[in-house]
Amino acid sequence: MKITVNINGKRYSNDVEPRLLLIHYLREVVGLTGPHIGCETSLCGACTIELNGKAVKSCTMFAVQADGANITTIEGLAANGKLHPVQEAFWNEHGLQCGFCTPGMIMASKQILDRNPNPTEEEIRHGLEGNLCRCTGYQHIVNAVKAAAKAVGA
Amino acid sequence: MIPQTFDYTAPSTLDQALGLIAQGAKPLAGGMSLIPMMKLRLASPEHLVDIGRLPELRYIRDDAGVLRLGAGCTHYEVETSPLLRGKCPLLSETAARIGDVQVRNMGTIGGSVAHADPAADYPAALLALEAQIVLRGAKSQRTVAASGFFLDTFATALEPGEIVSEIIVPVEDAGAGTSYQKMAQPASGFALVGVAARLRRSGGTIVLARLGVTGLAPHAYRAASAEKALEGTPGTAADIQMAASRIAEGVEANADLHASADYRRHLAAVSAARAITAALARTA
Repeated sequence: MKITVNINGKRYSNDVEPRLLLIHYLREVVGLTGPHIGCETSLCGACTIELNGKAVKSCTMFAVQADGANITTIEGLAANGKLHPVQEAFWNEHGLQCGFCTPGMIMASKQILDRNPNPTEEEIRHGLEGNLCRCTGYQHIVNAVKAAAKAVGA
Repeated sequence: MIPQTFDYTAPSTLDQALGLIAQGAKPLAGGMSLIPMMKLRLASPEHLVDIGRLPELRYIRDDAGVLRLGAGCTHYEVETSPLLRGKCPLLSETAARIGDVQVRNMGTIGGSVAHADPAADYPAALLALEAQIVLRGAKSQRTVAASGFFLDTFATALEPGEIVSEIIVPVEDAGAGTSYQKMAQPASGFALVGVAARLRRSGGTIVLARLGVTGLAPHAYRAASAEKALEGTPGTAADIQMAASRIAEGVEANADLHASADYRRHLAAVSAARAITAALARTA
């Protein structure tokens, strides 16, 4: 099946099998390996990307469902060599240890701030319920989201 | 984790979709239950019809005393709809507790209802709300009460060729108080047990009590005995405890690796007491 998608501002047209998962399309066909494959059972959130402005788990979606969509992956956040405020905050606040969950954490964090520029700690934790960090570095991740909110609001 | 091969069609109208479904194609909405099942090869449909992007199934409107929700509304849309938050807050509150934000962005109310997972959240709220569920086929349309829809684990009143097309819930009058309380399985977010309470009070007495329970039994149900225990009382702490102690009456409790039957019954009583207390505080 032919699909056309806009990924990080660039248009892609490919012929794909209906059963091809979006995460496999992104990583193996388009070559964007920022979104990770963690649990493959839609629990861990490492594959989180933005589809038409909404954070979704790309392991639980077929590429054909994304036909015509606008997709942003972690690779699309930095603009003109400048990190996105959420990326900057994860760096400054040590919001990562091994880094495996980070692309998904940052995409989910971006969704929190897009919808609510001034979240409470509880709202941040609620917004990150779909993302797991095996290093258990949650405290620094929450701090990073708070710092990003402050930086964007400043 | 690669599903078996299948054909995929994304029709532009509901009629086209229903025509394909009548021929045996499987509807795909948000895919939050179906796709994991396909990846595990617990389901291997030969033909998927994508109804997840049909504008015809995506509306929330006030219609002469009731609210009508298209089956394609996502949990996020149900959670954030100003109309629902104002006129049927129980449904928004329940949607906000489903899974996680990524799941709520994709999953739909119609898909969840049709899938009828015994631990899904909506069934408890729909039972407490005495909701109606509209079922459509290529040449048919009928309306079923929520109480007659959830028949067993993953089993509903849907006939082959039918989809859930609309959910109808009442506009709450200002005096009603509602609440949904659940104990979630921490990894999946599914309800070990969830209780939705809807109460109305008049002159200091509870005149209407509706309690929907999910996660405890093979399918969601209304706790009639607990409702009766509550109605006609002022809703003191002792009244609430008495009603909550009857929440599991007459049902066989589920047991699995996450929670034994005894533990689930205990959680049901705790969740019921919390839901009743919170709902009562919201009554006018």
